[in-house]
Amino acid sequence: MEIPYTIEERPDTGLINSKIGIWLFLASEVMLFGGLFSAYVFLRLGAPDGAFHEWGQVLNVPLATLNTLLLISSSVTMVMSWASLKMNNFKQHKIYMALTLLCATGFLVIKYFEYSAKFHHGLFPATNTFLAIYFTLTGLHVLHIIGGMIVIGYFLGPGSRMWATEPEHFINRIETVGLYWHFVDLVWIFLFPVLYLL
Amino acid sequence: MSIHTTTDIKSHVKVYVMVFAALAVLTLVTVGATYLNLSKGEAIFLALSIATVKGSLVTSYFMHLISERAMIRWLLMVTVFFFFVLMFLLTSSLFDQVNVL
Repeated sequence: MEIPYTIEERPDTGLINSKIGIWLFLASEVMLFGGLFSAYVFLRLGAPDGAFHEWGQVLNVPLATLNTLLLISSSVTMVMSWASLKMNNFKQHKIYMALTLLCATGFLVIKYFEYSAKFHHGLFPATNTFLAIYFTLTGLHVLHIIGGMIVIGYFLGPGSRMWATEPEHFINRIETVGLYWHFVDLVWIFLFPVLYLL
Repeated sequence: MSIHTTTDIKSHVKVYVMVFAALAVLTLVTVGATYLNLSKGEAIFLALSIATVKGSLVTSYFMHLISERAMIRWLLMVTVFFFFVLMFLLTSSLFDQVNVL
C-alpha cells in the first residue's frame, strides 16, 4: 500500500505525512533521553557531595570536544546534502552525504578509543553511578548514530535511485533523515557538557 | 516549509555556514569556561545556557523550525512541557530528604 501525502501536503495539516511522522518520533525520543537525563540528575543529587564531578575526571575532554566538532560538521553536511538536491545538484548531494558518513565514522572511532581506554583501566558501568549513567547515555546515543548511518548509507547507495524517478519524494526523504540526524546532534550538544564538563 | 527557488536556497546555505561557525565557537567557549574559577552553580548555569543556545540554533536553522508550520511547533511545546514534568517527577522524590537538596 502506498503511503499518501509523501509529496503534496495534506490539506488539513498543511504538512506531508512523513514530516509529521518523524517529528512525532523525535518527540518520543525527547522523552526517552529525557528519562535518562532525569536519572542523571537523580543519581547526581543522591551521590556524595562532589563525587560525580570527581568520578567524571576519568573522561577525556579533548577527545569529546573533537567528537562534538565532528557531529556539528556532520549536521551541516547533512543539511547541505538536502540543499544540494533543492538546487538540482545530485553529485554535490552525494559528496555531502558521504562526508556526513565520514564524520559519523570518525565519531564512532573516537568513541571506540574512549570506551576501550575505560575498560582497559578497569572502569565499567558497575564501577560507580556516574559511569553507569555515562555508559547508558552515550551507549544509547551511539546506537542512534549507528541507526542513522545505516539509513544515510542506504540513501547514498541503493536508495538514491529514486532521484531519477521521483525527485520530489527523494528530497523529502532526505529532509526526513536530516531531521533525525540533527536530533542526534542535538542530544550530543547536551550530553557533552553534562557528562564531560560539569 | 516554503523554500522553493535556487536563490532562496543559496541564501540559506550562507546561513548554514554561519550557524556551523557559531556552533564551533560556542563549543570551544563551553570548554574554555571550565578553566574559569566559577562556582558549581555558575558553571552548571553557563554550560546549560550555551548548550541551549546551540540547541536552538540546530533546531531553528538545520531543522528549519524557524519557518516550520505552527502544528509542528505546538507538538514540540507539548513535548517540552512533558520533558520538564518528567525531570521534576523523579527529582521531586528527593525534596523531602534532609541534606540532599
